[in-house]
Amino acid sequence: MRFLARRLGFYLLTAWAAVTLNFLIPRLMPGDPVELLVARMKGNVEPAAIDAMRRAFGLSDASLWQQYLDYLGNLARGELGRSITFFPAEVSTVIAESLPWTVGLVGVATLISYLIGTSLGVLLAWKRGTWLDGVLPAATFMHAVPYFWVALALVFVFGVTLQWFPASRAYGLDVMPGLTGEFAGSVAYHAALPAVTIVVASMADRILGMRNVMVTTLGEDYVVMAEAKGLTSRRVMWAYAARNAILPNITSFALSLGFVVGGSVLTEIVFSYPGIGSMLLKGVENEDFPLMQGIFLVISLAVLVANFLADLAYVLLDPRTRQESE
Amino acid sequence: MKIKIGAGILAFFALMAIAGPALIGADPAATSEAGLQGPSAAHWLGTTQTGQDVLVQIVYGARVSLGVGLLSAVIATVLAVAVGLVGGYVGGVVDEVLSVLTNIFLVLPALPLIIVLAGYLPQRGVASVAVVIAVTGWAWGARVMRAQTLSVRRRDFVQAARATGEGPLRIVFFEILPVLLPVIATSFLATVVAAILAEAGLSFLGLADLSTVSWGSMLYFAQNGQALLIGAWWWFIPPGLCIALIGTGLALVNFGIDEIANPRLRTIKVPRKARA
Repeated sequence: MRFLARRLGFYLLTAWAAVTLNFLIPRLMPGDPVELLVARMKGNVEPAAIDAMRRAFGLSDASLWQQYLDYLGNLARGELGRSITFFPAEVSTVIAESLPWTVGLVGVATLISYLIGTSLGVLLAWKRGTWLDGVLPAATFMHAVPYFWVALALVFVFGVTLQWFPASRAYGLDVMPGLTGEFAGSVAYHAALPAVTIVVASMADRILGMRNVMVTTLGEDYVVMAEAKGLTSRRVMWAYAARNAILPNITSFALSLGFVVGGSVLTEIVFSYPGIGSMLLKGVENEDFPLMQGIFLVISLAVLVANFLADLAYVLLDPRTRQESE
Repeated sequence: MKIKIGAGILAFFALMAIAGPALIGADPAATSEAGLQGPSAAHWLGTTQTGQDVLVQIVYGARVSLGVGLLSAVIATVLAVAVGLVGGYVGGVVDEVLSVLTNIFLVLPALPLIIVLAGYLPQRGVASVAVVIAVTGWAWGARVMRAQTLSVRRRDFVQAARATGEGPLRIVFFEILPVLLPVIATSFLATVVAAILAEAGLSFLGLADLSTVSWGSMLYFAQNGQALLIGAWWWFIPPGLCIALIGTGLALVNFGIDEIANPRLRTIKVPRKARA
C-alpha cells in the first residue's frame, strides 16, 4: 500500500498547490480585480456585491499571511464567495447545480472513449500490416482536431441539417426534471451529440497510445512463448499482451484527463450544456472572478480525484504495486 | 515517409504564414456587400456574414495561430529544458522540489487555468496570450527532459568531463544539452500543437485578441454569426481543418522520429502465418 500512500500524499500536495494558486492568481495578476470589475461595469455594481467580492478574495488591509489563513478558513467551510453574475447566489450553489451535468457527461463519454479507443488500439497492433493500418492516418488527424470544432461539425450535420439530435440544452423544454423515464430519456437524447464529440475527439489518443505500447509488448518473449504453446489468438491477444500493455496506458490516460476536461469545457459551451464549463465562460465574460476561481478549484480537485481513481485501478491490475517490501 | 509528409504539411503552412499575406494582398478585415456567399471563383472559400473573404482570413490567420503557437512553445520549451536539466543533473532536494512542481503542473487541467488567467489579463494581446499558454504548458517537456538527463548524466563522457574538472554549467549546457537535442525537438513540436489548440480554444471563447484575425477568432465569429444555423459551412470548416492539419503534420514528424527510435512501431507488412 506504500504506492497508494505515496500517490495520496502527492495528490494532497497538489490539492494544496491548486488552492494556493487560486489564492495567488488574483494577487499576482496585474491590477486589482475588484477595481477592474468596477471600472468595466462603469460603476454599475451594487456596493454589496463589491463588499462580498472583497470578502470572497479575502482582499483586506490585513497582512498577506492573515489573508491566506482567512481564505483557507472560508474554503474549509465551503465558502467560495458570492457570484457576481448570479448575485446574490453563492458560488458554491452555482457549482453544485452545474457540476452533476458535467460529471455525468464527461464521465460517461470518457469511459466509452477509453473502452473503444483501447480495444481498437489492441486490435490495430495485433492486425499490424493489414488494411486496418489505414485507421492510423485518420487517428493521427483526429488526435489534433479541436474539440469545439468537432462539436460545431456535429451540430451542423446532425443538429441543424438532419435535425436528428437537439443541438443545445440538457433536456427538453417540455419535460419536467424528476426521476421519470421521460426525463431520463430526454437527458440521454440531449447528451448524445456532446458525448459523441468528447468520445470522437479524445479517442485517437487512446488508440495511438495503446497501439504503440501493444506493438512493443507483442515482441516480448512471453507472447512468442504463448503462441508457441498453441494458445488461441484471442487468448494471446487479450490475456497475455493486452493485459500487460494496459498498464502504461492507464498512466497516460490519467495524465490526459486534464486535457479531456479542457476540451469538455469547450464542448459544453458549443452545446449550451448547463455544466461547469458553460458556467466558467459566463464567469469570465462577466468578470465574475469569484465564480471563475471557484470553478477552477473544483475542476482541479475533480481531476485529482479522477487521477487517484486511475491509480486505484493500477493497483488492482498490477500486483507488483501491492507488494509491501520494495 | 511519415516525416516527409508531415514536413510537407508544415512547410505549406509556414509558407502560407510567411509569404501568404504579401501574395494575396487583400485586407482580411475588409468588409463587402457580398455577405455569406458560398465558394465561388471570386471568393474561393466564400465570405463571412460581413462579406469578408474566408480564404484571405485563413491566410492571415495562419500568421497569428502559428506565431502564438511557436512563441509559447519556445517559452515553454526553455522553461522545460531549464527545469528538467537542472533537476535531473543536480539531483537531491532541488530535484525533489522541481519534480513535485512539474508533476503538479502536469496534473492541473491546463485549459481551465489558461481561461482563468486570461480572464484576469487587463489586455489580451498576442504576446500575453502566448505567455499564459506557455506557463501552463511546460510540465510535460520538463518531465521528459529530466528522465533523459538522468540517463545521460551517468554516461562515460559526462563522467570524463567531470573528471577533467569542467564546471556544472559547462557540463549541463555543452555536454548534456547537445545529446538531448532530438528529445527537445520532439517535445517542442508536441508543445506547438498543444499551444495552437489552446490559442484556438481561447480565441473561440472570445478570450484572446479578437481584433486580430486568427483561426480561433474566425470560429468565434462564425459561431456568434450563426454560421451553423444559416448553413455557412465554408465559414467554420476551413479554420478547424487548418488547425487539425497542422497538428497532423507535427504529429507525423514526431511519430516518424519515434519509429526511427523504435522500429517495431512501423507499419510494414509483417509475415505472420500463425495468426490466420
